[in-house]
Amino acid sequence: MSNIISVKDMCLWYGEHQALKNINIEIPKKSITAFIGPSGCGKSTFLKTLNRMNDLIPNVKITGDIRYEDTDIFSPKVDVNHLRKEIGMVFQKPNPFPMSIYDNVAYGPRTHGITNKIQLDEIVEFALRDAAIWNEVKDRLKKNALGLSGGQQQRLCIARALAVQPKMLLMDEPTSALDPISTSRIEELVMELKEKYTIVMVTHNMQQAVRVSDYTAFFLLGELVEFEKTDNIFSQPQDKRTEDYITGRFG
Amino acid sequence: MLNRSLSKKRKSFEVLMKILMLLSVGLTASLVLFLLVYVLVQGIPNITWELLSTKPSYLTEKIGILPDILNTVYIVIATLFLVLPLGVGAAIYLTEYASNKKMVGIIEYAAETLSGIPSIIYGLVGMLLFSNNMGTCLMAGALTLVIMNLPTIMRTTQESLKTVPQSYREGAFGLGAGKWRVVRTVVLPGCVDGVITGCILSVGRILGESAALLFTAGFAHALNGIIDGLAAPGATLTVALYVYAKEQGEFGVAFAIAAILMVLTVLINFVATLVQKYFAKRRSL
Ligand SMILES: Nc1ncnc2c1ncn2[C@@H]1O[C@H](COP(=O)(O)OP(=O)(O)OP(=O)(O)O)[C@@H](O)[C@H]1O
Ligand SMILES: [Mg+2]
Repeated sequence: MSNIISVKDMCLWYGEHQALKNINIEIPKKSITAFIGPSGCGKSTFLKTLNRMNDLIPNVKITGDIRYEDTDIFSPKVDVNHLRKEIGMVFQKPNPFPMSIYDNVAYGPRTHGITNKIQLDEIVEFALRDAAIWNEVKDRLKKNALGLSGGQQQRLCIARALAVQPKMLLMDEPTSALDPISTSRIEELVMELKEKYTIVMVTHNMQQAVRVSDYTAFFLLGELVEFEKTDNIFSQPQDKRTEDYITGRFG
Repeated sequence: MLNRSLSKKRKSFEVLMKILMLLSVGLTASLVLFLLVYVLVQGIPNITWELLSTKPSYLTEKIGILPDILNTVYIVIATLFLVLPLGVGAAIYLTEYASNKKMVGIIEYAAETLSGIPSIIYGLVGMLLFSNNMGTCLMAGALTLVIMNLPTIMRTTQESLKTVPQSYREGAFGLGAGKWRVVRTVVLPGCVDGVITGCILSVGRILGESAALLFTAGFAHALNGIIDGLAAPGATLTVALYVYAKEQGEFGVAFAIAAILMVLTVLINFVATLVQKYFAKRRSL
């Protein structure tokens, strides 16, 4: 089994408004998948469905089937907190908690029952190293995380997500609030992370999708128009609408 | 020509308005200042160590307000002790758990209305509800004050819960935290300032309350510990002020108490501003 997520005929409504229509997609393990498409086409909505963050929004209705490692994520047997531990999330705007850098990273492990100080220290260091921010913060772990720069905060949020040892990482435009240098650091980081994790990343930046991702999914008006290897989709798109979008004719 | 006289007229009108406004500001400021100075001048000379540290005695015909000071402290402690968990709990439930937004709206509206009701009505209800069952005592007064201050604590806590960014909650849920953990670790620390503000406002209200307490807590001046004190009738400073001035004509003592209350009020407002500044600074970090 090389797919980690498999979605069949999934539809989603916000109240009366249908935001996703008949989505079918298989996301391969240990790869980077980019979601592209114009604003409002449902990228974030779909991303948040995968770890059931949409549960927090009232009046959302979902039909169809989503399997994570062959388990139906909407089955009543599934512990949604455990699902979110397996499928972590990084948000568009860096959102570190107003506490120390250490406590931010330790938040997840503590949530899942790790209290041993030595073990926590290890996890915090490993997560911060994996997120390529260890050297910048190792002398100020007890300082408030809100004192970091935007780029550092976003890498801290990645570290925080990694600290619960997820299998998969959902990133919703993780670099859109960042400067070019921080952006390229995060891109490098994401490419390293795919050794260990499956990554799905929403981006509005075509170059970023080309640079970073292995697969690309193009969404339009709630539909998944095309899902292909990134090289193929950008060199020979099958659908006219994809071609129009990536050549900048609309969007 | 016409225009010129019009603009001239307009100008003199502006000047007139400015003078009127200056006058009203001046009047307001001097009234406040006069009140402050008058009370302090009348009160402070009457504040003696003996007054502060003894209880009144019919034998020596001396008046001491130590019991009233202690009663005030007891009633503040008892009220906050009960109203805090209730008010904060209700606020958390309403903002974080309740899913029926219409119901929440109604409760918020009711709370808003409750906090505007004249306190004597609380006194009346408190008398029927508490004093008639447990006797006139500080505890009955405290329970009445709990009802009175519940909306305040609830609303200030709620307001500050609403300022906790949604992104913190999302971040915590995204890590697999359950509802209660998110509330306890991410939401509650963000509403400490609201709780403290609510407490300070409530203490101010308790200090100033007389009507509701006259009905429920009585006006005895017995010296007690906190447990016995709460079970016995007793006057707070404000009630004692009323009693000494109105029933006994002891205006010196009344003004002494007034001066103390005045200083306490100024102090409470000062602390409230400090707390708000501190949290605003911490938030903008
Ligand atoms: N909480 C919500 N309630 C109601 N409608 C929503 C909600 N969130 C999103 N929508 C609607 O669903 C559609 C898809 O929104 P979504 O945020 O998924 O788009 P997106 O592709 O991520 O856009 P962007 O690129 O601007 O982030 C939009 O029409 C949006 O208005
Ligand atoms: Mg989006």
